[in-house]
Amino acid sequence: MSPRPDPVRDEIRRRQKSRAVVMAIALFAFVILVYFISIAKMAVYG
Amino acid sequence: MTTQTLSYSLPAEWRDFLALTKPRVMTLVVFTGLCGLLVAPGHLHPVLGFTAILCIALGAGAAAALNQWYEADLDAVMKRTASRPLPAGRMDRQSALHFGVGLGVFSVVLMGVATNWFAAAVLAASILFYVLVYTVWLKRRTPQNIVIGGAAGAFPPLIGWAAVTGDASTLPLLLFALIFLWTPPHFWALSLFVRSDYAKAGVPMLPVVAGARATRAQILLYTVPMAAAAVAPWALGLAGLLYGIAAGALSLLFLGLAVQVFANQATEPAQMKPEKRLFAFSILYLFALFGALVVDHWVAA
Repeated sequence: MSPRPDPVRDEIRRRQKSRAVVMAIALFAFVILVYFISIAKMAVYG
Repeated sequence: MTTQTLSYSLPAEWRDFLALTKPRVMTLVVFTGLCGLLVAPGHLHPVLGFTAILCIALGAGAAAALNQWYEADLDAVMKRTASRPLPAGRMDRQSALHFGVGLGVFSVVLMGVATNWFAAAVLAASILFYVLVYTVWLKRRTPQNIVIGGAAGAFPPLIGWAAVTGDASTLPLLLFALIFLWTPPHFWALSLFVRSDYAKAGVPMLPVVAGARATRAQILLYTVPMAAAAVAPWALGLAGLLYGIAAGALSLLFLGLAVQVFANQATEPAQMKPEKRLFAFSILYLFALFGALVVDHWVAA
């Protein structure tokens, strides 16, 4: 028998998941940005 | 359990964090910052230039988030702002505070690392000025709130310039003065036709304290030094004739609309067409003026 559906818990999980996805994308973008900043700095000062 | 308490117990949606940064206001900030960066002498690697503009945008977002964190009570009683994440109950105040402080520190540190620490310091000053001087100190105390607070919005071209050169000279300071003097007519035009909202929230906007007549006179008075600041880069030889013509024509148009506002006697927002027109034009004015400055710079180069 499956557990009783809990709309509030499901909504919390959904929001946590979407926030985690956005955070992951932002962190990935930041890593890429730091990589390119490093390359640019090396091009300028290297 | 009511809907209100239920929504507070839920974690905020990521879209609400995005809304907290006031993305629409950010477009003007990003644009003027970019123009400051483009007309500055010297060369900045495109990646570092992009990072500098990103930092200006994030800094503006941080300032907007902290502004809404502090003003949640005020936003709740104004129709224009009641649907923002905090007053609408879609986010708790602590999340907004953490988000704002985190984003602000991140933007300043990234600016310092990517470009230089003078630009980072000016960015930090602009965030602190908007949050502490405008939001916390002046907004609820004096009808001069937006006059002095307007300086916060005037920083971006200065920051963009500083990201390239590491200093501030006459042209970016003139651009600062231009936005600083543009802010009062821009906001007072808006506050004339949303006056009832400000009155309800107890914000001492000029129309609430001094009346529509005095506000219209002040709009006209501020337009004159604003126009002077707009043509000054050309007059001082810091920009070419192309910019000079654009600045002169746009400022005359602005002045014409300000005269129409001054001549208007209406007290009902429905009859405030001149005010609405001036408000809409004022945004276009700044975009066009800064755009003209960049085009002029490119033509000269």
